[in-house]
Amino acid sequence: MAKKLMKGNEAIGEAAIVAGAQAYFCYPITPQTEVAEYLAKRMPEVGGVFVQAESELAASQMIFGAAAAGARVFTTSSSPGISLMSEAMSYIAAAELPAVFINIIRCGPGLGGILPSQGDYLQATKGGGHGDYRFLVLAPSTIQETVDLTIEAFRLADKYRNPVMLIGDGLIGQMMEPVDFEGRTAPPRLDTSGWATTGCAGREPHIVKTLFLDPNVLEQRNRKMRDKYEQMKREEVRFETYLCDDAPELLVAAYGTTARVVRTAVDRLREEGVKVGMFRPISVFPFPDEPLRQQALVPSVKAVLVVEMSMGQMLEDVERALQGRRPLHFFGRGGGNVPAPEELVRECRRLLGNGQGGR
Amino acid sequence: MPRVQVDRDRCKGCELCVKACPQKVLGVSSRINFKGYFPAEPQRPELCLGCRICAITCPDVAIEIAVHGCRYNYFDY
Amino acid sequence: MGEPITIFKRPASLRDAFTHYCPGCTHGVIHRLIAETLDELGLRERTIGIAPVGCSVLAYNYFYCDFQEAAHGRAPALATGIKRVLPDRIVFTYQGDGDLASIGTAEIVHAANRGEKFTTIFVNNAIYGMTGGQMAPTTMPNQVTTTCPRGRDVNLAGWPLPVADLLAQLRTPSYVERVAVHTPRHIIQAKRAIRQAFQYQAERRCYSFVEVLSTCPTNWGKTPAEACQWLDEVMVPYFKLGLKKSPDRPPVE
Repeated sequence: MAKKLMKGNEAIGEAAIVAGAQAYFCYPITPQTEVAEYLAKRMPEVGGVFVQAESELAASQMIFGAAAAGARVFTTSSSPGISLMSEAMSYIAAAELPAVFINIIRCGPGLGGILPSQGDYLQATKGGGHGDYRFLVLAPSTIQETVDLTIEAFRLADKYRNPVMLIGDGLIGQMMEPVDFEGRTAPPRLDTSGWATTGCAGREPHIVKTLFLDPNVLEQRNRKMRDKYEQMKREEVRFETYLCDDAPELLVAAYGTTARVVRTAVDRLREEGVKVGMFRPISVFPFPDEPLRQQALVPSVKAVLVVEMSMGQMLEDVERALQGRRPLHFFGRGGGNVPAPEELVRECRRLLGNGQGGR
Repeated sequence: MPRVQVDRDRCKGCELCVKACPQKVLGVSSRINFKGYFPAEPQRPELCLGCRICAITCPDVAIEIAVHGCRYNYFDY
Repeated sequence: MGEPITIFKRPASLRDAFTHYCPGCTHGVIHRLIAETLDELGLRERTIGIAPVGCSVLAYNYFYCDFQEAAHGRAPALATGIKRVLPDRIVFTYQGDGDLASIGTAEIVHAANRGEKFTTIFVNNAIYGMTGGQMAPTTMPNQVTTTCPRGRDVNLAGWPLPVADLLAQLRTPSYVERVAVHTPRHIIQAKRAIRQAFQYQAERRCYSFVEVLSTCPTNWGKTPAEACQWLDEVMVPYFKLGLKKSPDRPPVE
């Protein structure tokens, strides 16, 4: 299948099918409803399960049931819906079940609006539900990358027996870009026969549960899950740098759609002889703190600017990574506004011009 | 002659079987079981008809019933 | 005298475990009726049960088949997920009144309305058991609980929620019956209903729902025998027993 012009939401749906998703449970919410509309047609064509639930909460619990029964499952939603799913997220992580959640973030909090935002970063990376658990969280910035990371998410979910989340935003969901599915295939499926509840013929019954009243038993599970997250930190860090190799004066950190705007601003500044580089985290849990620190501590770099479509959330991870060893600045747009390249060019000039301007 | 067997240690002494038995076969033991309940026990086993009502009533499946020779099916269960 | 013939013993689908239920609590009876049904219909090896949050959260320690444990009220959603990816397996949810009639109301109504082909056994004992006796949606008027210490005031908390009758109004075909387990005769009838419910599922016919009026001696503050009597005198007149809806009978237009 050669390159095809596709809307982000529909590309996500097709990517999940290519990845071998067997069941999709969903609920309509702008700006990601097209995933549901697309899969309502496509899932039956490929013999997959499609259910529109009575709520995102129910949809996420259907994900739990189907995952515990050994199926490869995923769901998509947007911010308010993801909040409703956070109960199930904790249970699915606790039961060590593979599942993929995709959040096409919209501006908030509350009902907020339907425009793009990155305001769910902390919810995604620090855990929206209760208890010691983490999601492996990836943040694509183009629709092609969204397709590839969606497929990768299913592989990682099986590898770690842990939910994986993609955080996009309304722009990624609604934009159309050429997408290539050539060579993309379904990751091999985890063998679930050792624990899935498929009926106990010929074996002892399997029980998938998360209640462990004995504190030592539960603590052991907590430790086992933490070890998984440590392994993710060692093996799953993903990031991209742009024009960082020639001793830039300023390093801009941004992810997702914002990184595309930053890239344009960096190009313009470079045309005016201002050496600026960009650091783009792709995995936001595990956060690339070591690579970011190395990049920021290059002697030429005078300061780090974080740009987000929020009031500053990844900012906290960047601050933790820099350990106070570089001045840290922030530029954020909210309410669904997307920062314009000119704004970022002005901000970078201001920071480099007189070097003041705090966070 | 039917034989009622009460698993002394499984019984929680709720006495529902004692009340339900049409023949008043079962009574409450005067010896506590390992959990400290006074379990039910057949006290007039010769009156047992093998109707299974006690076992049907028991919430803890503590009662087993066997019959010798012919078996009379009072009701379908 | 020949070899003794056993005419009543523990069903194979029920583990040999001692249960944690209080003396006289009829959860134990309901567990047995389900296990007997699984044995008689030969379903155990392809059955997946779903435990709720409540006294019966530990049901998986007592049933000898695959089980999942749901978040409070979410069992019908899990069951939907399982049944949709494994349509030929037998799936049942075992839920209490706090689980199903309170936090899980949306899940049960929509699972029934979608006509998901699993079975629900709804244990209605008019109180929250595990958490120590709070008012439930099915708590009776004037019934005293720890969160309605002067008795349920229908002007403040409304009337008890009749779930079986509620679900019977849905247009999607299903089997809905309310039974009780407070006397041997009622237990025998309850078993017939539970068996019919699993039968419909085994035939992939429709969603099946059995509401079972059950006792809670500890939190009702009664002896097991008094609890059965109270159920008969107070609950049964309000929660009318019987068949509420059948896939065989067309709905009343």
